[in-house]
Amino acid sequence: MSEHESTYVPKTGVEKWLDTRLPIIRFGADYLSLPTPRNLNYWYTFGAILTVCLMIQIITGIVLAMHYTPNTATAFASVERIMRDVNGGWLIRFVHANGASMFFMAVYIHMLRGLYYGSYKAPREMIWILGCVIFFLMIATAFLGYVLPWGQMSYWGAEVITNLIGAIPLIGEPVLIWLRGGPAIDNATLNRFFSLHYLLPFVIFGVVVLHLWALHTSGQNNPVGILIPKERTAKDMIPFHPYYTVKDGFALLLFLILFSVFVFFMPDALGHADNYIPANPLQTPAHIVPEWYMLPFYAILRAVPDKFGGVVAMFGSIGVLFILPWLDTSKVRSMRYRPTMRAFFLIFVFVGVGLGWCGGQLPDAPVIGSFKTFTLIDGDLNSYLWLTRLFTAYYFAFFFLILPLVGLKETPLPIPASISEPVLTGSDAMSGLVPAQAEKKG
Amino acid sequence: MAEPVVTIADEGDATRRDFIHIAAGAMAVGAGAMIAWPLINQMNPAADTLALSTIEFDVSKVQEGQQVVITWQGKPVFVRYRSAAELQRVVADDHAGDLKEPQTDAERTKPGHEKYLVVLGNCTHLGCIPTFGTGDFGGWFCPCHGSHYDAAGRIRKGPAPKNLVVPEYEFLTDARIKIG
Repeated sequence: MSEHESTYVPKTGVEKWLDTRLPIIRFGADYLSLPTPRNLNYWYTFGAILTVCLMIQIITGIVLAMHYTPNTATAFASVERIMRDVNGGWLIRFVHANGASMFFMAVYIHMLRGLYYGSYKAPREMIWILGCVIFFLMIATAFLGYVLPWGQMSYWGAEVITNLIGAIPLIGEPVLIWLRGGPAIDNATLNRFFSLHYLLPFVIFGVVVLHLWALHTSGQNNPVGILIPKERTAKDMIPFHPYYTVKDGFALLLFLILFSVFVFFMPDALGHADNYIPANPLQTPAHIVPEWYMLPFYAILRAVPDKFGGVVAMFGSIGVLFILPWLDTSKVRSMRYRPTMRAFFLIFVFVGVGLGWCGGQLPDAPVIGSFKTFTLIDGDLNSYLWLTRLFTAYYFAFFFLILPLVGLKETPLPIPASISEPVLTGSDAMSGLVPAQAEKKG
Repeated sequence: MAEPVVTIADEGDATRRDFIHIAAGAMAVGAGAMIAWPLINQMNPAADTLALSTIEFDVSKVQEGQQVVITWQGKPVFVRYRSAAELQRVVADDHAGDLKEPQTDAERTKPGHEKYLVVLGNCTHLGCIPTFGTGDFGGWFCPCHGSHYDAAGRIRKGPAPKNLVVPEYEFLTDARIKIG
């Protein structure tokens, strides 16, 4: 795909002049005519949706920064002023706040799609790793942004999360004080969090450019998961425009409708009511929880009884994504041809949602009914603590045991030699299908 | 070598050019570190933040069985006047098996002022403020992740790794303490 020949012909004098000096129009035109696998389904539209999400966050964020004041004395009031007095401020802030949730919803679907269709396997490891970098930066940005309104959840979220760093042996405490700019979360912390919250989206933008560069170098994956041989390009590929601009555009419309439902009809549904109480350093809310998109990782943190161990497990649950391309031993990319792995994948999705659910509950609360069973080590067996531990065990087992072992043991279904074969002959037709092992084009 | 001719040295020999490359590279790394340091160090607590390092407090305001929360360096400090029953219980537990960080009550108070306990009010797990007089041991209970402390501020159950921190403080008079 990298050797995709340019079909752009400058027509006007200005275009010709520009093309020999800064071929920026050629760059855009080549992008639009890029040969793209013809079988991309709607799960593949989330890349475009995420690009729009990032743009929405940057634009609304820049506007909000015109009215927000990063000072502990005025931050909360300035956010309330945006909500009540600034023209359309309520809309811009609700778009920004719900935009974060929409961004994470889309990124989780995007990542699970990559996991399902094996988009992280050779030669696409760098696309996946850069995506993991973006995901990590998104978490950092979302956390920093959540602190800015200086409500109770902002303050105590910042307290709990920065304390995670304090758990690191030896260097933890000095690093914690350095990060906060004082012995406690205070004005210095708020100021730097604002500065970094403004910076990181542009860093994300830069990594997105690298992500796309890697994508266009190694070529787009597709639901069949095969590398398309050069001689099949004419049959298996279609230009990005108009086919996928229209498909992405339609998916984007549906996504923006959902987005609008949240913004206009339930703008606070995904937030926490306590964040409308100004920060009080002398009182912790009775039940503090992070935003929904962090809950699975928060659950993993709480599952481990040791403080530093919990922090290691939480960062490890994100860190393991970076080495995913080397944990999966199967040569077959798409789980469409890996029925055993597909079952484990569906359990993984269920476990991920389950971890999110557990993260929002009190650890000691019973899961079923309200009765106690018996105490296992440090908690009742019928409690979210043990359910969380069960899910956490599966989460890590999926990466460290299931992916390496199933790849070696399973018998994948025969995979087609090209995209057009199953499309043109129907999925029942097995003619021309080759066994999975025959794929050596990687 | 009197003539100013650049000769290519034998393979493996360090030339003067290699030396200049390494020396220039080392200078650049050193300069980079010198530029980076003030940019990193500016994030450490500023002088005015550090200046708020001591406060005084009149402990006679605290009634028996009561706790007063004051702020020191932006952090809550619990000043607790423990009842005779509470004192008896914590001293009895001085060598209890479930202490994660074994300390006697005497080690956590000032001689002659054992009834007063002065501790930082942040849970040693992740910094939430434990609630007074709750939990399984009559001290504090942290609502965030379920740590139980006794009335000496020692961690007895839950994820917190350490006892509530006793800050540096002294009794100026029988009724006045200076923290910090």
